[in-house]
Amino acid sequence: MIDKAEEPGRTILDVQGLTVGVGDTPTTVVRGLDFSVGSGEIVAIVGESGSGKTMAARAVLGLLPPPLRVTAGAIRFEAGPGSGSGARDVAALPPAALRKIRGAEIGMVFQEPMVSLNPSMTIGRQMAEGLKLHTRLSAAEIRARIIAMLERIRIPDPERCLAAYPHEFSGGMRQRIMLASVMLLKPRLLIADEPTTALDTLVQREVLDLMVELTRENGTAVLLISHDLGMVSHYANRVVVMQEGDAVETGLTRDVLSHPQNAYTRRLIDALPRRGPAAPEKAGGAPLISLENIVIDYPGRRTLFASAGPKRAVDGVSLQVAAGETLALVGASGSGKTTLGRAIVGLVTPSGGEIRFRGTALGDRTDAAAKQRRRDVQIIFQDPFSSLDPRQRVADIVGEPLRLEAGVTAAERAARVRETLEEVGLGPDFAARLPHQLSGGQRQRVAIARAIVRRPAFVVADEPVSALDMTVQKQILTLFRDLQARYGFACLFVSHDLGAVEQIADRVAVMENGRIVEFGDRDDVFDRPQHPYTRSLLDAAMLLDRTFARA
Amino acid sequence: MIATAFNLPRLRVNRVLGGTIVALLIAVAVFGPYLAPYDPLALDLKARLQGPSTAHWLGADEFGRDVLSRLLYGARTSAWIAFATVAFSITLGLAIGIAAGYFRGWTDRLLMMVNDALLAFPGLLLALGFMAVFGASRWGIIVALGIAYTPVVVRVVRGTVMSIRESEYVEASQVMGNPEATTMIRHVLPNCAAPVLVLATTMFGWIVLSESALSFLGLGVPPPAPSWGNMLATGRPYIGQAPFLVIFPGLCISVTLLGVNMFGDALRDWLDPRMAA
Repeated sequence: MIDKAEEPGRTILDVQGLTVGVGDTPTTVVRGLDFSVGSGEIVAIVGESGSGKTMAARAVLGLLPPPLRVTAGAIRFEAGPGSGSGARDVAALPPAALRKIRGAEIGMVFQEPMVSLNPSMTIGRQMAEGLKLHTRLSAAEIRARIIAMLERIRIPDPERCLAAYPHEFSGGMRQRIMLASVMLLKPRLLIADEPTTALDTLVQREVLDLMVELTRENGTAVLLISHDLGMVSHYANRVVVMQEGDAVETGLTRDVLSHPQNAYTRRLIDALPRRGPAAPEKAGGAPLISLENIVIDYPGRRTLFASAGPKRAVDGVSLQVAAGETLALVGASGSGKTTLGRAIVGLVTPSGGEIRFRGTALGDRTDAAAKQRRRDVQIIFQDPFSSLDPRQRVADIVGEPLRLEAGVTAAERAARVRETLEEVGLGPDFAARLPHQLSGGQRQRVAIARAIVRRPAFVVADEPVSALDMTVQKQILTLFRDLQARYGFACLFVSHDLGAVEQIADRVAVMENGRIVEFGDRDDVFDRPQHPYTRSLLDAAMLLDRTFARA
Repeated sequence: MIATAFNLPRLRVNRVLGGTIVALLIAVAVFGPYLAPYDPLALDLKARLQGPSTAHWLGADEFGRDVLSRLLYGARTSAWIAFATVAFSITLGLAIGIAAGYFRGWTDRLLMMVNDALLAFPGLLLALGFMAVFGASRWGIIVALGIAYTPVVVRVVRGTVMSIRESEYVEASQVMGNPEATTMIRHVLPNCAAPVLVLATTMFGWIVLSESALSFLGLGVPPPAPSWGNMLATGRPYIGQAPFLVIFPGLCISVTLLGVNMFGDALRDWLDPRMAA
């Protein structure tokens, strides 16, 4: 943990009244933004998508996508001795001078490690690029520096890494490499735009700790862009909260989180995961769904000459879900949790073991049983942008499952659709809309409506909120809980996000490498984790810093 | 918001100009015979290779037949052949492509093996082979060109089906309990429309050109009946004396292609729900 009271050093970046407009139109995406970052300090700009936080950062780099441009304000950057010291206004610099500063003096790490490294260049060449451009070091010196840096970030076998291509590394490794190649140049300012959003919890923590470590020793100022207030509370000295282009609140992280002045900030803080009420004792009885020793293999890639062995995604899992309860399946990406969820709804066929629904084996494909199961077991997918047919209107999407019900007339169907839409918080005017006309949260509401319209007994929710903004996440989780209370369906909640799990789960199963390593009531697992993997997951979870939680 | 602002004028040009040209083509194909000033087969040796004049607006060919009248009659032949061929190979290609993309496994491998073998031949060569079997007639041309171009359609459809099949809304439909056929018709097929439509309009152009090429080789629409292709072909020896004999049919073909392609783009945008605000 960083000492948040540390005195900020000399001001590196000073932004006054920054306004970003669209071409010559009066539309603005950032209005009168003021903030400054001192050396060795981490300042976070926090906001939801569309708040203008990314555009503010891009303005500092002089990388606004046309037709956006800085229409007012000053961006003073204190350049180092290398490029003529003294504060200068970045917004007024000619492109050539800006290029000199970019990279050498201001480094940037982007959100997507998958695309920010060039897939056709070796790591060595990509890391050397900046040094070649901005320093006069010889090839041997450059190589030595890169290897030292790779050792520093604990990449195993740095020599081999130089000749490797980005696809040979995992997302977290790539982001570490990206960070390392930016920090090689010892920039005075690092801009990190959602640097870990695409990564899962454990890796997120590693990358951010590395970022702090590397910037701390150079006294680099850090401008961190994020939507995740929980994460920010662990790292940033100061925060700027943005909403629709305006900075609504600025101050020390501690003050802003414990005494938010602005209504929007309060809403953001409220949206942070808090533990939901403890599970009421569910009456025992036959489990709704029971998995016995499930094994799922993915066939190995067949190449011309050899065929790789099958990959075991799920390795002997046994689980039971009782009627009405929410079981959370937690694990890092690649742990097999999504595959298991897909097996329950029949999208993946297990290679071993048995899934029983109300006592009947899922393998039983007799018509009546299969049909009934389809009604009773539904799924909500992670990405509401791809789980809705782009050509169907909302009413058709929600009404489609009802077409499979014998004896439901068109009028009844329309009534049920209207009623279900209302239940998920969408008015009747949404019925005629197409998916692209909806926001992410609204789309996920439609997906939920589609899943519950036939009153299923069991719903698999596969990371249902991880693609959404924080405040929307909160709304969707609350909605989900309410619907569950009303209709009593059981749920398998698949997630890597412990914050969401804490809010909604009755019981928790932790999965690692295809096996369940810990299983228990939510409060037991969160408060008294037994398995080291569970402990490391909990450690890494960017839950709101408990020091602020008392507020 | 910004993107639509930039796209709008281009869209409108596609819609208006493309629509006008296609409407004109259809009108000419339907009413051409009533508009034609002469019988397209009437010989007038005195007017042989005469340039455009008040009597023959677009000139007369090597037998003194009126070029304008032949173009008007030819529109019917060429447009009909192109439409029918496109419809034929899109239908066939959709069926095979969907079967391959949907059933995958051995069905896919077998169908694709045959398909790729056919793709290895140039379309025209393949068509020539089929023409030898079916004989040089309208129907022969339609079937031969149709089969020759089907492998391309199959490739596009199969690829599209495979990618749509993997999307979560198709999985959602499976979980819902829809029979496979319903999933196919309700979710997969409509989402194939955009690429197939673009392909269809592009193919329209290839077909008109291929029909010209076949006619040029003496395997197309048998003379003396006019088609744009065989007019282009028979005019070639006189290109020095009477260049208008190839210029006018050539112009007709080019303008038609342009119009159909623009119309196709407009149709695709119109069918794309994301473009409808």
